[in-house]
Amino acid sequence: MSEARPHRRLGRGAAPFLLGLPSWLYLAAFFVVPLVAMLSMSLATGNPLTGYVFSWHFAEFGHAIGRYQDQLVRSFWYGALSTFITLVITYPVAYWIAFYGGRHKASLLFLILLPFFVSFVIRTLAWQFILSDQGLVLGTLKSAGLLPRSFYVLSTSTAVIGGLVYNSVAYYVLPLYVALEKVDRRVVQAAGDLYASPASAFWRVVLPLSAPGIFAGFLLVFVTNVGDFVNAAVLGGPGTNMVGNVIQYNFFNSQDYPMAAALSSILMFLLIVAIYLYARVFGAETIQDYAA
Amino acid sequence: MSAPATLGEGIRSGKGLARRILVIYTACFMVYTLLPIAVMIAFSFNNSPSGRVSLKWLGFTTRWYSHAFAIEDLTGALLHSLEVAFASMIVSVVLATPLAIALARYRFRGKSASDIVIFADIAAPAVVVGASLLSLFLTLNLPRGLLTILIAHVAFGVAFAVVVIRARVSVLDRSLDRAAADLGATPWVAFWTVTFPLILPGIVGAGLLAFALSIDDLIITSFVAGQTLTFPLWVYGAVKTGIPPQVFVLSTLIFLGGAIIALINSIVAHRNGG
Repeated sequence: MSEARPHRRLGRGAAPFLLGLPSWLYLAAFFVVPLVAMLSMSLATGNPLTGYVFSWHFAEFGHAIGRYQDQLVRSFWYGALSTFITLVITYPVAYWIAFYGGRHKASLLFLILLPFFVSFVIRTLAWQFILSDQGLVLGTLKSAGLLPRSFYVLSTSTAVIGGLVYNSVAYYVLPLYVALEKVDRRVVQAAGDLYASPASAFWRVVLPLSAPGIFAGFLLVFVTNVGDFVNAAVLGGPGTNMVGNVIQYNFFNSQDYPMAAALSSILMFLLIVAIYLYARVFGAETIQDYAA
Repeated sequence: MSAPATLGEGIRSGKGLARRILVIYTACFMVYTLLPIAVMIAFSFNNSPSGRVSLKWLGFTTRWYSHAFAIEDLTGALLHSLEVAFASMIVSVVLATPLAIALARYRFRGKSASDIVIFADIAAPAVVVGASLLSLFLTLNLPRGLLTILIAHVAFGVAFAVVVIRARVSVLDRSLDRAAADLGATPWVAFWTVTFPLILPGIVGAGLLAFALSIDDLIITSFVAGQTLTFPLWVYGAVKTGIPPQVFVLSTLIFLGGAIIALINSIVAHRNGG
């Protein structure tokens, strides 16, 4: 006992830093430093043939916003709308599993996570398949005469938003479930005992108590969806390009690295603002409870 | 006296109806979530004549399963994906486990900074992670290939692994290690004989997550892959020209493998009191 003490005291001092060091170094080198490299790339000038040199050239941000205004606005609009729809679709499911799932909670969550074992591209591709003009759904409805022959869904913004929603449902169910699990059942019961109707008990007790999950999920899904380009590429058409598509285009087709980096930096600022707001409202400690 | 009773009745029957609607709704939701998977599995058995998946059902065949590996560069891309996912799983878990223990067991300066970086890494849009890593590799003039893909995959794998392992460590009863220390075990021995076996399910879960995230990643990989193709990149490239049935076959096999491993892991973790 007396021999164990000094060990523990020494541990309190240096141990957490030694334990954390490998991860911190890795994340510094391959998460933080790259963000700095991206910012400095966005301030560079030059052309694809001679290469790019760093200079304090802020004008690229203005060009980026000017030239890709449509794609930026569309990305934020698609991102916000798809996140909101995902919230509305998943909340009842998370609520039901958390409150009435009983012994089957784990199995139900497992079912919801099952699609993760299929690659994200292939899931999106399957939707392209399902929604195609002569495919399973539209083809059947058309041959039954329920839809006009010229009706289509693919390459519209509906298809892209639908794809974004589908690919984010599991990411939203989990934080909502975690938050609803934490709601003290006795508080809900107390509301009933005080003659709150089930509806007002829900709106005034359960919903506010699940707010951290609602916001954590919103943050994760919104940020992911604003930056997505796969749904727009697979399910969309020329009129549905998002900012992710133009970032790709500028890196790989026109090789305008500063433009691509400036557009990505704009997305990064969005992320920083969102995380800052979340940490201010709910605290940095709670942030990880909902992350994975 | 009777008024509250009828009110109670009313609430109960109202709740019953609401619950029934919720059950039906959740069932519909499950169908919606699993529909694309069902389509993928069904059409991997479709007898499409031209070697391209067909929108029409043309009869049942297992032909594509016996020719699952017939497309050489697709198989090669799948092997790249498996290699990177395996390496990313190992490296992520080895890096993440010590940090997860530190975060679960100690209070120290810089802890909330560490929390925020990990959260930012998880929440960051894939496009930003990919573009920033590509900016770094371009700046350093590092050629893109399997190594840069692995670097990128570990960069997000670590963050997810830390969260999963930390959750496992923080529910452990600390008195178990104290008991080991009281019985004369050094911290090193106590860790390997007491703590490690108890957090192993968390480590395995984190490893599986890192593997799954890696094998599935398209967006980040598309920035750092150079000319190297992974399975999702190959499929993405083939979307415009037409998908061979082998894509659905291989994807179905990966799906079944992943689901079975995850099921076994959760059953084992449950047995061990997880």
